[in-house]
Amino acid sequence: MALPKAKEDALAARLASLTLPAGKGWLASVRSEALSRLTAMGLPARRDEYWRYTDPTSLNAPAAPPAVRFEPGDEAEPFDGMDRLKIVFVDGIFDPAASDDLSLSGVTIERLALAGDTDIHWAQGLYGQLEARGQTPVARPLAALNSAFATDGVLIHVTGKAAKPVSLVYVHKSDTSDAILHHCVKLDAGACLTLLENGPAAARFSKVMEVDIADGAQFHHVRIQGRDHERRAVTHLFARLGAQAEMRSFTLTANGRLTRNEAVVELAGAEGRAHLAGATVGDGDFHHDDTVFVTHAAPACESRQVFKKVLMNGAVGVFQGKILVKPGAQKTDGYQISQSLLLDEDSQFLAKPELEIYADDVKCSHGSTSGAIDETALFYLQSRGVPRRRAQALLVLAFLAEAIQEIADEDIAEEIRGRLERWLARHGSTG
Amino acid sequence: MTMLESVNAPEVREGVDRETIETVQAMAGKYKYGWETDIEMDYAPKGLNEDIVRLISQKNGEPEWLLQWRLDAYRRWVKLEEPRWAMLNYPEIDYQDQFYYATPKSMAKKPKSLDEVDPKLLATYAKLGIPLKEQMLLAGVEGEAEPRKVAVDAVFDSVSVGTTFKAELAKAGVIFCSISEAVREHPELVKQYLGSVVPPTDNFFATLNSAVFSDGSFVYIPKGVKCPMELSTYFRINAENTGQFERTLIVADEGSYVSYLEGCTAPKRDTNQLHAAVVEIVILKDAEVKYSTVQNWYPGDENGVGGIYNFVTKRADCRGDRAKVMWTQVETGSAITWKYPSCILRGDDSQGEFYSIAIANNAQQADTGTKMVHLGKRTKSRIVSKGISAGRAQNTYRGLVSMHPKAKDSRNYTQCDSLLIGDKCGAHTVPYIEVRNNSSRVEHEATTSKVDDDQLFYCRSRGMDEEEAVALVVNGFCKEVLQALPMEFAMEAQSLVAISLEGSVG
Repeated sequence: MALPKAKEDALAARLASLTLPAGKGWLASVRSEALSRLTAMGLPARRDEYWRYTDPTSLNAPAAPPAVRFEPGDEAEPFDGMDRLKIVFVDGIFDPAASDDLSLSGVTIERLALAGDTDIHWAQGLYGQLEARGQTPVARPLAALNSAFATDGVLIHVTGKAAKPVSLVYVHKSDTSDAILHHCVKLDAGACLTLLENGPAAARFSKVMEVDIADGAQFHHVRIQGRDHERRAVTHLFARLGAQAEMRSFTLTANGRLTRNEAVVELAGAEGRAHLAGATVGDGDFHHDDTVFVTHAAPACESRQVFKKVLMNGAVGVFQGKILVKPGAQKTDGYQISQSLLLDEDSQFLAKPELEIYADDVKCSHGSTSGAIDETALFYLQSRGVPRRRAQALLVLAFLAEAIQEIADEDIAEEIRGRLERWLARHGSTG
Repeated sequence: MTMLESVNAPEVREGVDRETIETVQAMAGKYKYGWETDIEMDYAPKGLNEDIVRLISQKNGEPEWLLQWRLDAYRRWVKLEEPRWAMLNYPEIDYQDQFYYATPKSMAKKPKSLDEVDPKLLATYAKLGIPLKEQMLLAGVEGEAEPRKVAVDAVFDSVSVGTTFKAELAKAGVIFCSISEAVREHPELVKQYLGSVVPPTDNFFATLNSAVFSDGSFVYIPKGVKCPMELSTYFRINAENTGQFERTLIVADEGSYVSYLEGCTAPKRDTNQLHAAVVEIVILKDAEVKYSTVQNWYPGDENGVGGIYNFVTKRADCRGDRAKVMWTQVETGSAITWKYPSCILRGDDSQGEFYSIAIANNAQQADTGTKMVHLGKRTKSRIVSKGISAGRAQNTYRGLVSMHPKAKDSRNYTQCDSLLIGDKCGAHTVPYIEVRNNSSRVEHEATTSKVDDDQLFYCRSRGMDEEEAVALVVNGFCKEVLQALPMEFAMEAQSLVAISLEGSVG
């Protein structure tokens, strides 16, 4: 089917600014498949059902809108004290000097740019494959664009229990950088990995991560998206879980001008578990969008979506979450909650929590609430001698607690809490 | 408390009584209203074009402005595309392969009173259980000390057959008549309000309706009047290959109150029939309107052959402060249901409520819900939706709650529950929640589950067969909505719930 004229023009303008990275191996062919997916779909537009609440203009623009890099001052880098294997990307390019040695017991790590030239590679069965699967029923053109044009990334193959977490650090240097990263993570049966991500990455950042979690494997993912910078980002997490596999993903987002985080998770084996959570705090010119799609394709799986947003000074929060239960996925337990706390009159929360269910023996529920901070609770704390600002911070943290609880590692959870507390102290404007 | 009482689970006792079960057994089976009336009809030629629009307007004796209004709508409609965003799957509708106007020959000369109406038509309504004689009362309420009266406007295909209790209503200043009569008798009111809530430009089906609407009811309740009885319109599709395009307009002036009921049925046919209605409600300061529907159009057979395609636009505009509207709907019929009764909460402190039971069995598909648009300060809305899917049916709740920046201190509470009976059906929830100020609170909850095995087991252990037990549990599931219905409707709805689910188990 031909694209409408406006979409065709937007796509042509965007493609003109990109070149397919050179290569002759397996990667070149999957890139060109991704490109044909993209040309069939066109770029997202405001009229598309899943972009009605988020304006994709700045993500579609041929050049990255400039973003001044942010100096975090005296705040320590996230995960600083942890024993981890650090892989650093500067404006979307792997930086070997800043990174640790890539050898780790139970894990093989390769750079996409190098592995892509071989004739045969395990990542052939993964790169662009989960992304392609994730294109139905909802088109995700920016993910296809990423698969076609990604300039760098890592391929992580986990064969056993990873000796320590792998930590991807995204450094932003140039005010006009436009980074496109694509990672693949494959966990063999029973394997186990904790993957950490942090940093703004670039003025504009596109990232796709495809994760294949085999039977009984465990994948824990924690990401901290920037703090106070102007970057724009669109990220996609595609995951497929085997029988009794487990996935936990938590994202902290603190500011950033525009963030669209998509997660597409398929529970393909019986008794799999997928927990997705996000805590978001936004102040001012801030637009944050969580778009989640969880498919129950096998019986007796459990999924949880817990997304909490605290918004002030005109910040906008979006949540579009869906649970799809396919025929035969009996004994499904699906849970979804999206809540926002609006700290002043100007902020907005736009939500579309969906259920689509084709099996009868299921337990699925979703809840969504939005409102101001509870004045009675605030009054109570103040009457006990807690200053108003402190009381408000306590209530905000209590509100976010359910999302943070989804983090398996208590040390990381504690670090996230500390970051949130400091952020609130800096932004405690109301009251 | 006796032994027996102590073991009776409350869900069972409150939702349904023994009588309902007996009624269900008595009615045993299938669509009860599937017969047709053999009556001579006048048709407009098949198909849709400007001439047909002119013909309908001429048949109704309409003034020029209304003809122009229809033609504008028609010319717009030709350029529109049919919306396909709902979770509904149906073959393309051939809009040229239907009749847009059908009326019993005997209605060519307008009968002056119900006594002059063709006995065949009266017999039709009698068979449907609709009292067109003023001394008759609705079934099931004889026992009451003070008999309740219900005024009825009966619409047969494209024309209103008659309206009861007009004189008594007129004493209170209430106008209740068919819309075509209102155009003739009260043109100033119709001109002022028609299309002011659902403009002809609103959507594909509303635009189509604006071009070809045939009959429907008009209600005007003057300032400060509490309508002395419930008003009701009964729609019957009889003619084959004929679309019904009713248009209802209700205006509740300041401080008034009315409760309005709508019922509908159609004969069993192998072909699909189109029904595209528009209902507009204008509610001024301190007025209140209750609008209850039991939608029981022919749903098609077990294999999905035949049935009504029901595309309806219903909207209430709470224009004044403290205006109140309550939509209650029981959707059991139709092969396809596309219906979103909405509330525009414009006045400060206005309130909107939506209670819905949607049952889809066999091959039925329903995509229904509501829109609550909060514009005024301290506006309140409540949504309670119960969806039941059985057989191979698909049932979707689709709704919008929108809090505008100026709608300070507003509240919404939404509860959407879905029940699945069998593993071949689907239940879906698609809510849109848009909150643009922080002093408002919005809460949305949705659950999906199957009929509880323990409850079923309990009922079975009390000697019920499986179908009875399911009907009982489902009625309990729907309780909150059934309670919102006027009594005589609640009884009908309760038994309908059971009938609609027949053949869904085992």
